[in-house]
Amino acid sequence: MTLAKTILAAVAALAIASPALAADKDAGAAPFQTDALYKAFHGKPGIDRVVDTLLVLSAADPRISDIFKGQDIPHLRQMLDEQFCYLLAGPCTYTGKDMKEGHKDLGIQETDFNAMVENLQKAMDKEGVPFRDQNRFLAKLAPMERVVVQRSGAPKLLQR
Amino acid sequence: MRLLITAGLAVAAMIGLALPAQAGDMAYSGKLLLTQGVSTIEGSAGGGLATWAVITGYETQDGIGANVHATYVDLSDYTLRDYGASVGLFDRIELSYAREAFDTGSTGAKLGLGRNFTFDQDVVGAKVRLFGDAVYAQDSWMPQVSVGAQYKSNDKDAIVHAVGAKSSSGTDVYIAATKVLLDDSLVLDATLRATKANQTGLLGFGGDRKSGYSPEFEGSVGYLLTRHLVVGGEYRTKPDNLGFAKEDSWWDLFAAYAVSKNLSLTLAYADLGDIATFRNQHGLYVSLQAGF
Repeated sequence: MTLAKTILAAVAALAIASPALAADKDAGAAPFQTDALYKAFHGKPGIDRVVDTLLVLSAADPRISDIFKGQDIPHLRQMLDEQFCYLLAGPCTYTGKDMKEGHKDLGIQETDFNAMVENLQKAMDKEGVPFRDQNRFLAKLAPMERVVVQRSGAPKLLQR
Repeated sequence: MRLLITAGLAVAAMIGLALPAQAGDMAYSGKLLLTQGVSTIEGSAGGGLATWAVITGYETQDGIGANVHATYVDLSDYTLRDYGASVGLFDRIELSYAREAFDTGSTGAKLGLGRNFTFDQDVVGAKVRLFGDAVYAQDSWMPQVSVGAQYKSNDKDAIVHAVGAKSSSGTDVYIAATKVLLDDSLVLDATLRATKANQTGLLGFGGDRKSGYSPEFEGSVGYLLTRHLVVGGEYRTKPDNLGFAKEDSWWDLFAAYAVSKNLSLTLAYADLGDIATFRNQHGLYVSLQAGF
């Protein structure tokens, strides 16, 4: 085994043993180039407030509250804080699972994904994030639908 | 007929207001606000004059959505009344019906048809979403693409033949591409339609100048001002088949307001150009849509 391979193997082993070493690439998208949106969200405190509101709304939302039952909410909150902050070009690192793995076995449907988006819109409204900036952030999150939504209610023939 | 459209508007409003209470989970479900477009005058989902690639109704791939609509266009010398219904199946297939009534009002007498002479047309449509995603695929330029057909049948066979049309019924086929550019809060659509229709079929199909299919363009640009409000414009070209009167492109400037997922109101200024020798037909376009 060459030295490079040894290092790679060690890093891989560490990554498996400690999720905290997972890379930013697992955040599901590349961050914005500038911190304009980070500022529009009022920095880290604003992002924390948005995530808190999002989780409170979603846990109380009859459409999707079941998905949140039995989840480690403090951990989820931290992961969302990190992910949002990282994507918005804030000084954060995302340490969570990738989007596919993170939503595995949750049976999330497109309708659930949209419910979450609507709650996020409400949370951003509450934080006073301008509508245009909300859309720019949603544009970043929207492609994650492909991996987050893992179940379809459509007949097989009509499925995408 | 005027009574009918008023009743249609009232029913649409009542259904829209009643749905949140009546439909339970249905009213909660579905796509994001305004991403289903609004009902066009031909019954399909789109911008009003232009048909889009989106599938009617607020249901996603997980269910079935539907809409009813009533539309009134008050032109300089005519009025167009229109109502219809559409069903969206799993965000994949759309089936639609619209009844158009083109009322010549007092202009009818000047045209020798008689006062309030009205051309009625049924439009039955089907649309299939082929590929691409208008809303989620924000990391790609690929639009959502759908194909569709609209069978149209006009009830004034003798008159449309008398003005030079070849038939009182015909079928349009189209391919539509729609994309929401969330980064810019824009909604774009471009649609190519093969049609023989004169004034969308209200004056029949084919004519003394040209009898075959023409490739025509229709498109919309919308800017999302808020989650509930989109403003924009549309443009639609049409064939010019009839010798007795020239036919112009249509355009409009619109504002569509989603009161809720069950009720939306569209107001527009529509310019439909010359129609049956009467010049520069323009006026207010009002449409109410209710559904889920």
